[in-house]
Amino acid sequence: MLRKTLIAVAILAGAAQPLLAADKASDPKADFKAFREYFTKRFPKVALDDFVNGPYSMDAGLRKQWEAIDAFPPYDFVVDKGKQMFAAPFKNGKTYGDCFPNKGVGIRQDYPQFDAKSGQVITLDVALNNCREANGEKPFDYNKDDMAALTAYMAFTSRGKPMNITIPKDPRALAAYKKGEEYFYTRRGQLNFSCASCHVQNPGNHIRTEVLAPALGIMNAMPIYRSTWGGMGTVSRRLRTCNSQVGAEPLPAESDEYRNVEYYLSYMANGLPISGPGTRP
Amino acid sequence: MRTRTIIRLAMVVSVAGFAGAAVAATADDFKVAYAKAEAAEKGAAAVKNRWIATEAALKKAKAEADAGKFDDAVKLAQHAEALANASTAQAREQEKLWPDAVIR
Repeated sequence: MLRKTLIAVAILAGAAQPLLAADKASDPKADFKAFREYFTKRFPKVALDDFVNGPYSMDAGLRKQWEAIDAFPPYDFVVDKGKQMFAAPFKNGKTYGDCFPNKGVGIRQDYPQFDAKSGQVITLDVALNNCREANGEKPFDYNKDDMAALTAYMAFTSRGKPMNITIPKDPRALAAYKKGEEYFYTRRGQLNFSCASCHVQNPGNHIRTEVLAPALGIMNAMPIYRSTWGGMGTVSRRLRTCNSQVGAEPLPAESDEYRNVEYYLSYMANGLPISGPGTRP
Repeated sequence: MRTRTIIRLAMVVSVAGFAGAAVAATADDFKVAYAKAEAAEKGAAAVKNRWIATEAALKKAKAEADAGKFDDAVKLAQHAEALANASTAQAREQEKLWPDAVIR
């Protein structure tokens, strides 16, 4: 049944292709404008800031359920745990706050960043592990609960702040952005799906009981508490799950490809408010 | 007339059975097929596009071979090779096609 539904979505995705012009030139500012126009024109009734609420911006019934659930958010305990972890000193007496501007409070919207020293995209998760290692601590698993709790707390302190991703004038930064764009639009896995097949060509449509989220603002809700997981999951966990769902072997967590695609999608969401940690079915 | 037909049928069946036995896969056949599949999967890994189904087929092929079922093991290895080649072809094709899907 899932296979049939996915094949139907793939056919729809193919039909949507003519909507997209064939011009292959690419630059971030033009991409940003076109990306935003695509979603606002396709969903004129959705307020721009509401796209960060993913499937709830697309489906009224689902939104009602979410609002009821959010009266007692299932992620509250995780945010509390993250807050405690964040404040707890390392063995050397320093804390996470010492690694970040403004002591790490209200800065989630500035990640991912391009790091000129390493020539790589640094996501918030990577920055947290860098902080741990710089202070003599072992890094956390990017797929597990501790990292999810820390990032959930940091997202919570940034709620409402507009995403603020910069691409510095460094050819390596632009290359990382473009690699992220390439990853997003490249079909993979036995089902021959790209990220865009679901989140550009089919937001609002169903895959079985799930409503597909729009790509616009999709990173603003990260990390997310998923009912199917019964817990909070990191960006890496979500991306790896996406890969598995289309029959592709997931890449290692926080691999270059995942960091780059997060960079690309976060840049596309510039100006939209942080809504994480989010809840999803 | 009927007896002749039965004899002919019996001959056909016995020849077919002999031929079938003659082409039954061996451990060496499996080794060759599995090596080909593994090489194809390495190609898919090089373009970072391994498929879950390929890995599953490789694993199952190995399990069948371990159980001495070489006919099934060879078929599964060949299936894995085909899947791996398809995933590599997909990646190569997408290197050219992905820009066509970008929102402009």
